[in-house]
Amino acid sequence: MTPRTRTGARTLALAGAAALALSACSAVGGGADDASDEPGGSAGAAVGTVTLVTHESFALSEGLLEQFEEESGLTVEVVQQADAGALANQLVLTKDAPLGDVVYGLDNTFATRALDEGVVVPADVTAPAAEDAAAYAVEGDDEGALTAVDYSDVCMNVDTTWFAAHGIPEPTTLESLLDPAYRDLVVVPDPVTSSPGLAFLLATVGAFGEDGWTGYWERLRDNGLKVADGWSEAYYTDFTAGGGDGPRPVVLSYASSPPFTVPEGGTEPTTRALLDTCFRQVEYAGVLAGAANPEGAAQLIDFLLSDEVQADLPTSMYVYPVSSAVELPEEWTRWAPLAEDPFEVPAADIDAHREEWLTQWSDTVVG
Amino acid sequence: MTTTLERGRPAAAPASGPGGGGVPLGRVVAWAAAVAVPLLFLGVFFAWPVAAIVGRGFVTDGTLDLGGFADVLSRPRTWRIVGQTLTQATLGTLGAVLLGLPGAYLLHRCTFRGRGALRAFVTVPFVLPTVVVGVAFRSLLVEGGLLGGLGLDGTRTAIVLALVFFNYAVVVRTVGGLWERLDPRAEQAARSLGASPWRAFRTVTLPALAPAIASAASLTFLFCATAFGTVLVLGGRQFGTVETEIWVQTTQFLDLRAAAVLSVLQLVVVVTALALAGRARARTERALALTEPVDAAHPVRLRDPLDAVAVTVTAVTAVGLLALPLVNLVVRSLRTPDGWGLGNYARLAQPADVLRVSALDATVTSLRVALDATVLALVVGGLVALVVSRRPRRPAGRRAVAGLDALFMLPLGVSAVTVGFGFLVSMDRPLGLPLDLRTSGVLVPVAQAVVAVPLVVRTVLPVLRAIDPRLREAAATLGAAPGRVLRTVDLAVAVRSLGLALGFAFAASLGEFGATSFLARPEDPTLPVVIFRLLGRPGVDNYGTALAASVLLAALTAGIVAVCERLRSPGVGSSW
Repeated sequence: MTPRTRTGARTLALAGAAALALSACSAVGGGADDASDEPGGSAGAAVGTVTLVTHESFALSEGLLEQFEEESGLTVEVVQQADAGALANQLVLTKDAPLGDVVYGLDNTFATRALDEGVVVPADVTAPAAEDAAAYAVEGDDEGALTAVDYSDVCMNVDTTWFAAHGIPEPTTLESLLDPAYRDLVVVPDPVTSSPGLAFLLATVGAFGEDGWTGYWERLRDNGLKVADGWSEAYYTDFTAGGGDGPRPVVLSYASSPPFTVPEGGTEPTTRALLDTCFRQVEYAGVLAGAANPEGAAQLIDFLLSDEVQADLPTSMYVYPVSSAVELPEEWTRWAPLAEDPFEVPAADIDAHREEWLTQWSDTVVG
Repeated sequence: MTTTLERGRPAAAPASGPGGGGVPLGRVVAWAAAVAVPLLFLGVFFAWPVAAIVGRGFVTDGTLDLGGFADVLSRPRTWRIVGQTLTQATLGTLGAVLLGLPGAYLLHRCTFRGRGALRAFVTVPFVLPTVVVGVAFRSLLVEGGLLGGLGLDGTRTAIVLALVFFNYAVVVRTVGGLWERLDPRAEQAARSLGASPWRAFRTVTLPALAPAIASAASLTFLFCATAFGTVLVLGGRQFGTVETEIWVQTTQFLDLRAAAVLSVLQLVVVVTALALAGRARARTERALALTEPVDAAHPVRLRDPLDAVAVTVTAVTAVGLLALPLVNLVVRSLRTPDGWGLGNYARLAQPADVLRVSALDATVTSLRVALDATVLALVVGGLVALVVSRRPRRPAGRRAVAGLDALFMLPLGVSAVTVGFGFLVSMDRPLGLPLDLRTSGVLVPVAQAVVAVPLVVRTVLPVLRAIDPRLREAAATLGAAPGRVLRTVDLAVAVRSLGLALGFAFAASLGEFGATSFLARPEDPTLPVVIFRLLGRPGVDNYGTALAASVLLAALTAGIVAVCERLRSPGVGSSW
């Protein structure tokens, strides 16, 4: 069960809202709140509360956060927000009155904005894995306001069973997707509304340069590209091997997706990531400027870099740990290799051109 | 009883409530409170946040900067988007009204076996999260899907069909609520005087229903004009609307200036639509002879041409438009890697993977939040409906009442992103109080209530307004104090439409569209959030569990709506 950590604050807030609005709310709300009342629940929180602001994909295996709370004496409150891009912008918007103490889940496409806007401040991170994390530091972040926690490769995935059954060789590179043999076979999420979609746009910018990438998309479009709204729509509805039996055998997903397509009783996944089509997404954590509990926030970042959490990341969030001290699950080493040489675009360039590129992309592909 | 038709012009109705001369102080205070409480609620939890975020877009370095208008309004894209918004919303509204009227007749005017179940069933689409509707609809429409041959995937037709799918229940319930109480004798009289069924319907019934139809159409239009996920999931951004553009500008680009201009533009569209609907309503509203629903309903007579048309249209709609995607969803939820089975449902009770809560835990959270939201919405919406149902003698008073009515419709027409981001910049110290509501979870039911209030008002108001003022006069003449008149006349009638309003508000909250999706959430997620999270993770099991959880949400909604319907059986209602 989820820890009941904010009973006091919530009761107070409820009472306030009720006073503002109507007594009726407190009658119902109060009743509902009783269920989460655990006498003395907040009495042990001597060191205080630390509030983690993160995106909707945040998850850790049962017991990890609880163990951290027990060892540190801190109470962790997690607030989640639907969308990774929106998360960064919400933090910018609320920087004068921050939503919490620490953020996890800002990625390299939004990192520079967060740094430039002063959303995060340098923290004293002492975990041994911090050295590994430094290899992923954002260019220009000399004081270490953002600490890398994990990364993942956004790549094209293919349904190997489909290609075998149709006797068509699998595509391998970005260029090969333009082959008429792959007409009407590719689906990607919209980069404007989806963060892996944006990552793939950046892969093409990295591959074809600032002058060449729109030309690539024109030809991809002319070869019957389908654009879905988000990753879920593309993977589960349009992709042949996502579970929804869609019509297209090439989808944009992650290098870590194939292990999840090992059929029941089977020994091999039915999909494969194309490792020459990848863009690397790095996720960062940082202490929010104006945090009420900056020490607790730094402790939480140490916790995210601890061996326990780092080892848990592949199973809980499908991302690769930055720490070199932990081992990957066996099926990952076998079925989810990383790209050797993913496409790169410097974080500062991404931030400077994001809007322009997305507008150009929309003009080219959506019309 | 043909007198129904010529009596009771609104303007001639005697005044009661605000605006009446020489009213005792107690009554003034009571009415002032009835106006002030909802206004305070709307002001704090809607107007202020919206003003705060829009204001940020118009202020650069501390000075007012309206340059955004010239900039955004001169883009051809802006006008294309406004045009698409109007086109799609109009088509969606037309479709929902045209299909919904026969449905309202059949489900609220006729009796047949399974009527209650069918009523509950048609409400289900209204609450489904768009990501689920995306699965349910698109897996039918994609190439190779059951309806793939129609080539509808990613077209405007698909968007409009989905808008009708969502809003069909809005029309059926809003119009049906009045229709079932309409005294059938006027129409019977017309027919016995030789009018054809169609003519009797057109000249007698349709005019009487006009206010409810205008109500339903304006609600549907607002829902369609602010549809966000439906447009993006089914059509994509080439069919973008003002709403989707505000989302992009705010959440992705943080271009608050452009977003503010678009918000103002959206407000203009919405206010114009509301003004037109309000005018249509005012022209057509009158006192009607209302009866108990049971008296008015008759068994379906297939030989009657009206009944035959209603049965045909409703059957085609219910099967082809509503049931097909839902059955598709159920079928898919029963598919597991080992063949057909209940494996996905078995997982509902376990904490999914590492999401820490099971779908069942989330269901409990959803119900708790929805209960809070519903109570709030009923109290606020009930007060608004009561005040707005009055007809002050002075024109200024009447205008004020009409303004209040329109004001509480606005939350449906203003972008959920604007409200959600508005909460972020205003709720850290609400009214200067030192409590940060933004991450407390309190705003979730509150934001849902803000959206549910207009649904309550639109459901209860047509019934309240149709009360013959002479009923109140008679009660007063017989010596009833004003409070007692209110209780024995208004409340007694209103409470019977309360079940409808209750079900509506609850459904709206369970489906939790609107600003809640932009709020930072504390750790107990609701069912739609769990579904969203599951669909964001790879793996056939996660997909299957998400579908099973969607079916659970649908079944829960249908069940709750069915229970609420029973609340208004005459046995319960007449105890008032």
